[in-house]
Amino acid sequence: MKRRKLDFKALPGKAAQEVDTRLPVATPLRSMLNKVFPDHWSFLLGEIALFSFIILLLTGTFLALFFEPSMQEVHYNGSYLPLQGVQMSRAYETALDLSFDVRGGLIMRQMHHWSALLFMAAIVVHMFRIFMTGAFRKPRELNWIIGLSMFWLGFTEGFAGYSLPDDALSGTGLRIASAIMLSIPVIGSWVTTSLFGGEFPGEIILSRLYILHVFLLPLILLGLVTVHLALVFIQKHTQWPGPGRTEKNVVGERFVPRYTIKQAGFFMLVFAVIALMGGLFQINPIWLFGPYEAAVVSAGSQPDWYVMFLDGSTRLMPAWDIRVFGYNIPPLFWPTVVLPGILTILPMAYPWIERRWKKDYASHNLLQRPRDVPDRTGLAAMAFAFYMVLTISGGNDIVADKFHISLNAMTWAGRVGLLVLPPLAYYFARRLMLGLQQHDREVLAHGVETGIIKRLPDGRFVEVHQPLVEPDAHGHTDLPYVGWTVPKKMNRLGALGPAVRGFFRPIEQPAPPAQQPEKREEITTGPH
Amino acid sequence: MTSDTPRPAPGAPKQRGRVRRRLNSALRMFAALVFAGGIYAIVAPGGAQGAAPLTPAAEAGKALYDQSCISCHGANAQGVAGRGPSLIGVGSAAVEFQVETGRMPAARQEAQAGRKPPLYTNDQARQLGAFIQELGGGPQLPEGEDYASKGDIARGGELYRINCSSCHAFSGGGGALSSGKYAPTLEPATDRQIYAAMLTGPQNMPVFGDNELSPQDKFDIIAYVQNLKTDADPGGWGLGRFGPVTEGLAIFLVGVVALVFASLWIAGKS
Repeated sequence: MKRRKLDFKALPGKAAQEVDTRLPVATPLRSMLNKVFPDHWSFLLGEIALFSFIILLLTGTFLALFFEPSMQEVHYNGSYLPLQGVQMSRAYETALDLSFDVRGGLIMRQMHHWSALLFMAAIVVHMFRIFMTGAFRKPRELNWIIGLSMFWLGFTEGFAGYSLPDDALSGTGLRIASAIMLSIPVIGSWVTTSLFGGEFPGEIILSRLYILHVFLLPLILLGLVTVHLALVFIQKHTQWPGPGRTEKNVVGERFVPRYTIKQAGFFMLVFAVIALMGGLFQINPIWLFGPYEAAVVSAGSQPDWYVMFLDGSTRLMPAWDIRVFGYNIPPLFWPTVVLPGILTILPMAYPWIERRWKKDYASHNLLQRPRDVPDRTGLAAMAFAFYMVLTISGGNDIVADKFHISLNAMTWAGRVGLLVLPPLAYYFARRLMLGLQQHDREVLAHGVETGIIKRLPDGRFVEVHQPLVEPDAHGHTDLPYVGWTVPKKMNRLGALGPAVRGFFRPIEQPAPPAQQPEKREEITTGPH
Repeated sequence: MTSDTPRPAPGAPKQRGRVRRRLNSALRMFAALVFAGGIYAIVAPGGAQGAAPLTPAAEAGKALYDQSCISCHGANAQGVAGRGPSLIGVGSAAVEFQVETGRMPAARQEAQAGRKPPLYTNDQARQLGAFIQELGGGPQLPEGEDYASKGDIARGGELYRINCSSCHAFSGGGGALSSGKYAPTLEPATDRQIYAAMLTGPQNMPVFGDNELSPQDKFDIIAYVQNLKTDADPGGWGLGRFGPVTEGLAIFLVGVVALVFASLWIAGKS
């Protein structure tokens, strides 16, 4: 019998041919796989959020197999001795079982929690990158709004997850959430009673939060992530200005294979960092907090970091009772409902605010360096300072206790800091950006500072500059600023020998030293 | 004194008058003292307690008291206004707690005297306690050093979370109170110290008398607290058991920093 020769090399092509004859996918796929993405480290911050979201889905599925969001009262009988026989809800019991009796359950819980923190952290860092480089400008306003919505969805999703284990920390958080809802004028009590099915805590809230946490919000988030990425595909990724880069093209790497391989590697790194943190750092030790009882409020009860700024705003808010139409508006309403409302609407409207402010109505695919728009970078610094003061104030009892500061002093420092630091941050960031701009222009006009000081015959000292191009009669070069890095060091010009590429260690061998001639004529001072 | 009195002119009658005068004033003084003493003997309560001789331990404690405590708490532990409170009725439990943890003698007047290396040994602290106990009575600690083994950890946990965690935190790590006051960490506290603190309510702590928490309740709480300290963190490094504050710090300092370096490594830099 004649053996058929199998040509392995032709196999993928043949298989693809077979698929394509049945499903006409080659033409649309080709343009997708050949899609070019620009390459810069700051473009990967959003990917950290995307990858943590994937890890959240994976670990969350595992947890859902063992967790039961039931408020039925049980007596604990698991392997954690200090809680033996204690009365608790079934939800807390299953969360404890996940931590102590399910194999691999604790690391899954911890990875889930760490990736939730990382998800929110990456969103915020990514958002700062988008803001400071002007990536939200026309035509990408919609994606900016989607991104902001995802922050708030992630915020809600995280809070729902934080509330599920029904430990004392969860219950304290829920209690505060119910108080916040109650503070809303007119509809407050209706909202609260309908959500909790009566008075706090009721018996239904965990099942509702569970559906919210494992189904509704992840589904919406997944949908928004898809739209977010689809818009990046359709509108093309922004890129930094530079040689050969225009508003009309994208310079970078193809989606397949290089970009995909890089992203797969980056996913592994994100996974590795989360797995390491999940294995090495303990997060939310629910067994220490104990089951939720209304009387139990531990010192140091804080929300997760991304909610802490609202805790801080509540702590800083003076106890002002404001009466409107004869009704009392609780002071809690301002820092926890009005403030987040402003913090949602203002950034969403910002792209249009800036269009009118800067009178720039054009479409932009090239990014701006933070130094090129000092006003915007100043605003970013201002927002950062505002957020930091609130976040630190959210943990001000811990800071006060561990650093031996009076808690009252911390509160007042927060109040003053909230009003004083953001304008200062704006001013200093703006001046810093103007300074950086000026230095760029200086190098373009005079050249790179060499560090060589020359003394002139008349006694003056001047620094020797290396002009970037042939200078004119006055020693000036008339180079335009193109919105990208200006060389500031001699080795950026190749003047100090070739720079060896590589991050941790060289990935290429340095060039061999030039061959010395065998014999050289000795240079002497001449015969004596 | 004598130099202030006018020098008498030399002469016999004047000399005799002075002797009589002195005798008179001595008699008056004696009568006044007897009168005052008589009134005190009628008015002062008890009297038998003061008369009882001190035990040897209390005697040793009195010697220490006269050395280190007397300047703020007064010669008879009655307190000195603006310096230190009266110790009558605080009991040996309070004295042992304050002295064993180094809080007393206090370094300075402040919102709250903190734990510091003790000046006296535990034996000396108990001698001081015995002295104050015999002087004014008050709550005393039960016998023995080990209370934790008499308690039920799980029940203690429930009591701890309701009664203690709102100031000392879920972890026993302590927490801030208003105006520079604080609930200290329970990390260095011994069984006797925790019991004494509950019994006497030192500094800003409320008193948990035997009506609020029975001795068995206290043993339970001590069992839970001591277990909390030796209990290993099953999830890895506990980040100081501070709660979400250090967790938020960790995700930025470790997670975000590591991944920003990773993205610098994997992607182009400029």
